[in-house]
Amino acid sequence: MAEIQIKNIAKTFGDYTALHDINLTIADQEFMVLLGASGCGKSTLLRIIAGLETASSGEVWIGGRRIDHLSPKDRGIAMVFQNYAVFPHLTVFENIGFGLRMQKLPNDEVTRRVERTASLMHIEQLLKRYSGELSGGQRQRVAVARALAMEPDVILMDEPLSNLDALLRMEMRAELKGVLAESKTTAIYVTHDQVEAMSMADRISVMYEGNIVQAASPIEVYRNPAAEFVAGFIGNPPMNFLRATPAGDGKWTVAGQNVDGPTSGSSPLQFAIRPEDMRLADSGFSATVKVVEPLGAHLLVTCEVDGTLLRAILDSDLSVNRGDQLTLAPQSDRVRWFDPETTLAVA
Amino acid sequence: MNDVAAAPEPVRSTRKTGRFVYIASVGLLCAWVLVPLYFLLINTLSSPETVNSFPKPFIPEFDMGSMSFFAGYGGMLSALKNSIVVAVMTMILSISIGAPAGYALSRFDFRGKELFRMLILLTRAFPLPLLALPLAVLFIRTGLDDTAFGLALVHTTLAIPFAVLITFSLFSGIPIELEEAAWTLGCTRLTAFTKVVLPLILPGITASAIFAFVISWNEVFAAAVLTIENRTLTAFLLVKLSEAPLHLKFAGGFILVVPALVFIFAVRKYLFAMWGIANR
Repeated sequence: MAEIQIKNIAKTFGDYTALHDINLTIADQEFMVLLGASGCGKSTLLRIIAGLETASSGEVWIGGRRIDHLSPKDRGIAMVFQNYAVFPHLTVFENIGFGLRMQKLPNDEVTRRVERTASLMHIEQLLKRYSGELSGGQRQRVAVARALAMEPDVILMDEPLSNLDALLRMEMRAELKGVLAESKTTAIYVTHDQVEAMSMADRISVMYEGNIVQAASPIEVYRNPAAEFVAGFIGNPPMNFLRATPAGDGKWTVAGQNVDGPTSGSSPLQFAIRPEDMRLADSGFSATVKVVEPLGAHLLVTCEVDGTLLRAILDSDLSVNRGDQLTLAPQSDRVRWFDPETTLAVA
Repeated sequence: MNDVAAAPEPVRSTRKTGRFVYIASVGLLCAWVLVPLYFLLINTLSSPETVNSFPKPFIPEFDMGSMSFFAGYGGMLSALKNSIVVAVMTMILSISIGAPAGYALSRFDFRGKELFRMLILLTRAFPLPLLALPLAVLFIRTGLDDTAFGLALVHTTLAIPFAVLITFSLFSGIPIELEEAAWTLGCTRLTAFTKVVLPLILPGITASAIFAFVISWNEVFAAAVLTIENRTLTAFLLVKLSEAPLHLKFAGGFILVVPALVFIFAVRKYLFAMWGIANR
């Protein structure tokens, strides 16, 4: 059992607050992704869990044991770094076995575990090589194998795929997910790539300016963003926002149209809809097409509605051209509302 | 017809001029270093008569007279031994003090770090003659005068700036993630250093040590002032050669220059690294 509990973790660097009072519980064997733009504090949080950075306040518990005062080696964690950190003076075999040698395991046990994790990561033919003789993808495999060979309670990954090229990244993404599910370790994975987060995570924690804005399953984060930031960060292209003014009685005026919305509230709200949830219809927002981008399966249409740019994903069979007038209707059960004061979602 | 020949006339002549200037500069720089060394070599390997005659031959006559004179010269061996003892002590002291300072500069942030980096070089800003007299007085009071250790201390002061700067650049060349990875894999700060960092910088540390050795080997002023009985080779030769005939001066110089040259040549790659020129 390696449940991770992060209690009231805060981190300040001088006057700058990198993390504000973070609370997060990660279940045993869960794959948690910390997602956010650079500078949001996600790596700092990971490094605090690893023990490479000390928190200004708060506690970290792993498997019912408080570990924030321990040095990294005593925390039962293993870490995979963005730039691989494969030791250049050791062979791949000795790299993978490095942690096991530090634990003074007998030779045959080291060999057994190194060979097992190497074959898991498909690098058994590279064991005699040095890191200088490996490609980026192979080095990343060595780094992951080295972490797995430790059989840690928790495996921490700091943007492990971001130095790989796009094709390799896609391949490694699926492979890593499979290997980690197999190994039954709890994983925390830091990334700024929302596709990586969506495709790999059991749960995503979206971070913004040192706070966790939302921690939920990928679909939940996508469908029901807890804040405007999440709605604007997740999804490619992100959610569309339009200004809504109250028309009373649960009706809201959006771009000249009446839309059903939250029943309470008398101040303006933000109306939000995903591009793929817009349809061509007889009645709806009148939109002037500005840009048409054919994406093969779809057309990405950028148009102007009520002075705001709005993106819609339409079927590529349609013939839409710049300057056309369209009538776009939102799919009503996919409409979300945000309070512009607090930026939080409104039910 | 190739591309170069096809180029219009002005371009070709500009290229030719540029190439000529380049080759000439390289040649001049090489001559600047090599010609004195070559004359030193010729005069060392010539008989006394040839040394004092003019014009000089361009091919050495391989007369070993001057060299064999030094081989049998009294005090020569003990001076050589002193030189080596002092240089080895300087080497050990400057690395054991300089390397931790280099590590701290590259790995930790502390107040006044940039200032510290500047101040390190300051030990080289004062002319040694200025320091030698007070040092001599101090050494006589503490009983350090005329000892190899005392001289090694002075040489260490001279060698430390280089030791710090070289090791600083060596440590900076090793990503901190390597150490962090070692920590997460069961190392303490110390074992991470010995198992990961040390193997990676060992060649560079060796180079930096050899450089400290050369600095001590070449230093003559402090050695001449602070020692009397236990003279190092440089100080010994300086004193003895001032009244020696010309051919012996050349031979003495040659004996001093060659080891330093060999050592510097062996570690040249790391000296470039110190100044930030990419090596490897």
